[in-house]
Amino acid sequence: MQRNPQLNANGELQHLLSIEGLPREVLTRILDTAESFAGVTEREVKTVPLLRGKSVFNLFFEPSTRTRTTFEIAAKRLSADVINLNIALSSQTKGESLLDTVANLSAMHADIFVVRHGSSGAPYLIARHVKPHEHVINAGDGRHAHPTQGLLDLFTIRHYRKDFSRLTAAIVGDVLHSRVARSLIHGLTTLGAPEVRVIGPQTLMPAGVESLGVRVFHDMRAGLKDCDVVVMLRLQNERMGGPLLPSAQEFFKHYGLTAEKLALARPDAIVMHPGPMNRGVEIDSTVADGPHSVILPQVTFGIAVRMAVMSMIAGN
Amino acid sequence: MKLHIRGGRVVDPASGRDAVGDLYLADGRIAEAPAGRADRVIEAKGLVVAPGFIDLSARLREPGYEYKATLESEMDAAVAGGVTSLACPPDTDPPLDEPGLVDMLRRRAKALTRARLYPVGALTVKLKGEALTEMAELAESGCVAFSQANAPLGDTQVLWRALQYAATFRLPVWLRAEDLWLAKGGVAHDGEIATRLGLPGIPAFAETIALGTILELVRATGARVHVCRLSSAAGVELMRRAKQAGLPVTCDVGIHHVHLCDLDIGYFDSHCRLEPPLRSARDRDALARALVDGTADCLCSDHTPVDEDGKNLPFAEAEPGATGLELLLPLALKWGEASGLALAATLARITSEPARILGVASGRLAVGAPADVTVFDPGAAQRLTAASLKSQGKNTPFLGYELAGRVRYTIVAGNVVYEA
Repeated sequence: MQRNPQLNANGELQHLLSIEGLPREVLTRILDTAESFAGVTEREVKTVPLLRGKSVFNLFFEPSTRTRTTFEIAAKRLSADVINLNIALSSQTKGESLLDTVANLSAMHADIFVVRHGSSGAPYLIARHVKPHEHVINAGDGRHAHPTQGLLDLFTIRHYRKDFSRLTAAIVGDVLHSRVARSLIHGLTTLGAPEVRVIGPQTLMPAGVESLGVRVFHDMRAGLKDCDVVVMLRLQNERMGGPLLPSAQEFFKHYGLTAEKLALARPDAIVMHPGPMNRGVEIDSTVADGPHSVILPQVTFGIAVRMAVMSMIAGN
Repeated sequence: MKLHIRGGRVVDPASGRDAVGDLYLADGRIAEAPAGRADRVIEAKGLVVAPGFIDLSARLREPGYEYKATLESEMDAAVAGGVTSLACPPDTDPPLDEPGLVDMLRRRAKALTRARLYPVGALTVKLKGEALTEMAELAESGCVAFSQANAPLGDTQVLWRALQYAATFRLPVWLRAEDLWLAKGGVAHDGEIATRLGLPGIPAFAETIALGTILELVRATGARVHVCRLSSAAGVELMRRAKQAGLPVTCDVGIHHVHLCDLDIGYFDSHCRLEPPLRSARDRDALARALVDGTADCLCSDHTPVDEDGKNLPFAEAEPGATGLELLLPLALKWGEASGLALAATLARITSEPARILGVASGRLAVGAPADVTVFDPGAAQRLTAASLKSQGKNTPFLGYELAGRVRYTIVAGNVVYEA
């Protein structure tokens, strides 16, 4: 088996491709670094010079607003030059291969590629082919991983809960297609959370999901009981009416988060969502906008976390 | 042309012969002790002299995919791998569904004078799984069996009729067992590894459900069916019971599936993107054992040359398949050694057993049999590199491996077609 491709020979972060396989110390260091950047975003002058003279290429083969924008803001606050490429509309449709696209951008002197791609593993392929001084950050690949989202979720949980060692967290909904769920599960188990639950119908659970170290619940009420953290996953509308789910109504009835169901969790439970939300499908507006919701702070923390990752990987 | 292969360890799985001695070839056949001087003497001291290998699945990529490989490059690979006979599946472009195409392919192969080529005809027109091909006609032009290759056949009515029709003319049908709907969109074994990697899965029951259908239709029609590339422990169990019940079925496993499992995908290694998918370690072990106890009849390379562009893609988008002709011997030896088998028993899986399924007289060293012989050094290990492969396909999960078993001479119809 090959060496974990995201670590260099010294065990330092060369790329960020997945949370799986990252040592606990590395995760903690990223979160601590993010903590130190959280202050920067509050200041009058919001930039630090850690990536001055470096170029960050946002390479999005799938549409994204939130992730792309927060990466852009994070890079700018580190004084990097940011180039946004909306590949879905350009070279790929002209038949250029993924590696050709990357080679061309590399010739324009990139330092960091932030990659989102619809195929699981695409950032690994890119990481295998970039030059030694170039870094790849996975901004979401297929169903596989979304490590910066996982990290910002961990950051959010740590911000509100401090201690992972007594935490019960539940991830609800479409685990099958969710890279967010996989990344968060790996993060929580690495940081020592004793109970991570996944809640949803059998059709939305991948085979052998228990092997990731989670408990599976098909009954949402039982699964939410005494939870400190409830993470709702986005459920794409195109999944409805197919072989996986009959309708949005039925899904919401059984797996949508309402105030009534949330009352089964701990009184001080926090509610998270990676966005974009489908109100009335996986989450009720009263909960999304309610006192337990930390959905908007998640977005803000996302900037600090992405600053931390980029500066640790490629910082001057 | 008379050939004398002197002092080698002659291993003939069909007769059980395994002794140091001489082998004589004359007029394209295995001969009795010499009648006059040999035209050439091959010193085989320290080498194994075996029947030429027979591979039930090797894609040569002609016609239609010459950018991936050509008949010439892959026939070179075949004889470099000691393969003297090979069956090629019909998934060319256009598919082998017309006698003219089959005829042309056989002529081209014959002109190259390397390995013997046995085309497998398409079971349905354009492999679409809708209309039957002119099987009787295709058989006359040289097709030894009929298959869908990896193209799905979802319509059980068509499958039923195809088996009835093939049975009418006593034509063998070779089928992969994979349920079209359950396999749709999948690229890896549906299990822990696919879940971790976020790869769409193909459950093992996609194989057993299809296999159950095939076996029931064999029972109903009496068709002679060979099941290609078994991939799961549960599939092995079904085959075992079918054979015990006396159904006219045989099956093979691919060289990759007795050595590798889904764990070997590692960090999305597209060389491990194969059809059928690599399954769990338990499945792999069951396949290796099935080949020992005879539930699986033979081992095949499932040779599929893919160019670099086809593999330099994210796992799910990469083209499935691996080059295999030149790995058949080393990987068979590796499996045999790990299973504690005698050399003759190991070689049976790539000589006499596939010969039985093909219904050919080669694959053995009996006097009068075709003079197809492979002489190899079982101990010589070499590191597998892209440059060491004759095949145009350099795509194999075994790149960089140190593998024992090196072919020294390949002889087809009494002619030395390869030596190293």
